Amino acid sequence: MNSGIFDIPSDLQNTYWGLVGLHLRLALIPVVAGLLVALPIAQFCVLLRWLYPPVLWVTTILYAVPSLAFFVVLIDYTGQTELTVMIPLGVYSLVVFVPAIVDGVRSVPQETLDAATAMGLGPVRRYFQVQLPIAAPAIIAGLRVATVSSISLVSVGMLIGNQGGLGNLLNDGMIYHQPRLVWLSVIGTAVLAILADALLVLVRLLVTPWMPRGSRKPRPVDEPEARPEPAAAALEDAVR
Amino acid sequence: MIRIDSVTKRYPDGTVAVDNLSLEIPDRSITVFVGPSGCGKTTTLRMINRMIEPSEGTILLDGKDITQQPVNTLRRSMGYVIQNAGLFQHRTIVDNIATVPRLLGWSKEKARARARELMERVGLDGALAKRYPYQLSGGQQQRVGVARALAADPPVLLMDEPFSAVDPVVRKGLQDELLRIQAELGKTIVFVTHDIDEAVKIGTMVAVMRTGGHLAQFAPPADLLSSPADAFVEDFLGADRGIRRLSFFSSAGLDLLTTPIVAVDSTAGQIAERAATDVPYLLVTDVDGKPLGWSEPGTLTAGAIDPAGLLSHGRPFEHGKESLRAALDGAVLSPTGWAVAVGADGRVTGVVSQQTIGEAIRTAHAEGRTDAKVAG
Repeated sequence: MNSGIFDIPSDLQNTYWGLVGLHLRLALIPVVAGLLVALPIAQFCVLLRWLYPPVLWVTTILYAVPSLAFFVVLIDYTGQTELTVMIPLGVYSLVVFVPAIVDGVRSVPQETLDAATAMGLGPVRRYFQVQLPIAAPAIIAGLRVATVSSISLVSVGMLIGNQGGLGNLLNDGMIYHQPRLVWLSVIGTAVLAILADALLVLVRLLVTPWMPRGSRKPRPVDEPEARPEPAAAALEDAVR
Repeated sequence: MIRIDSVTKRYPDGTVAVDNLSLEIPDRSITVFVGPSGCGKTTTLRMINRMIEPSEGTILLDGKDITQQPVNTLRRSMGYVIQNAGLFQHRTIVDNIATVPRLLGWSKEKARARARELMERVGLDGALAKRYPYQLSGGQQQRVGVARALAADPPVLLMDEPFSAVDPVVRKGLQDELLRIQAELGKTIVFVTHDIDEAVKIGTMVAVMRTGGHLAQFAPPADLLSSPADAFVEDFLGADRGIRRLSFFSSAGLDLLTTPIVAVDSTAGQIAERAATDVPYLLVTDVDGKPLGWSEPGTLTAGAIDPAGLLSHGRPFEHGKESLRAALDGAVLSPTGWAVAVGADGRVTGVVSQQTIGEAIRTAHAEGRTDAKVAG
């Protein structure tokens, strides 16, 4: 056995990079699913204001349920599969997504919505062409939190038998007293989280060219000097 | 023509926003709804494009009930301009303007070409086309709002306090621009404002509304100023409506005096000749004929006239183009009590006394005439 730095014990039945891929899959599929579920829930919360507080309570309570408890319940139905890990992760992401989307959609100025309505955009067009694009920065901010937390939470999947991606490696490292494996797992997870976050920042920059940037020129002001007559009129009013 | 027929808007909590309103909005003119907050002016506007449905009554557009066509078809046939512009912050200026044409199924190229054409029409630099709304000033954004409303060339334009959020100088520019565009396009414009001066300035017809959604008076602005229907309208018009009404009398009829005018390089003989008339002051002009100021004839020395030592000539008014209000203003601003009339080129065409202006005002009142709106 040559001892390359990325070599891992054979009981994991995978390569290091295979585990990285597995880790990403286990972490990201629930985030995407969570986003797709949260979009309609959030829209209902925007349409029916009274629905928002109870929905927030429910998502918060679900978030408070330990993943172990989820596994115990789910294992009867979904067994020791990836799905058993993904379902809790998807449920957890709702606590981030629902408020992010609701706040994002609500941040669309009333004038903008009125203008859209007045121009003959129906509710569906208004949602997809106005509300959702303007809410995009808030949604992507939520996506960043959900993605990073999901990537770190996946490791716990090793509790139900090799369903924790890089978490399995952490477990092996502790069993075999091999700090190298622990570092491979921990640093690998952190690097994945940082890369995913950076990627999402890039995505936000690409999809929202309309956002004011940090180092921009100040917003132009109207220049009264260009029209001398009104100033004269104002002066005249003051005299009057 | 838009005909509002016995329209009432009552909310479930019993509030009446608009109470049995009936009026006709004439084609190709600007009809202004004006009144204090809560008078139902915006509600009325929004009932025209069905953003609010009336509780009772009907609104007819060219004789047809507006509920007879699909609501979005109706809305796309009416431009809408809103306070703060309400631009789509995630779209470029050109795509904002192209919104309705795109909804109507125009190709992207055609809609964008039309948008660029409209940018020019509302006085926006074409270089702004690819910018986003946050990169524009408030006044520029409002111009984009107007361009967007005009994009599909709708016969009707609804404007809801469009210029309220910009500073007075920019607002005056936008109002002038609107009047210019209206002169070119002849839209049926319904305009809501709480500013009576704005209403008087831009309205062909003005509907004054009072709290509770009652129509207090519906009249051309000159009639509003000369004969307010009741104490509420009179109070709403403000203190100096008599002076403001003068805006509707042209200065064209004023008899100008051309004798008491000397150029700054006049000879002693010319000054003596001019001073011989029975006018207590002489107006000194520069060599181009533009006014410099007034002087008592005795203090003028040929070849040594000091422009700094002259009395103020007030603000000259453009004879024939500006109103009696501008003429009176010029006379009041000058310590001599005489107003200076100039032509379009700024050269003096004559002078006129407060007394003569006063007579012209009395004549105008006696004739009960209101000239078509005059500038100034």
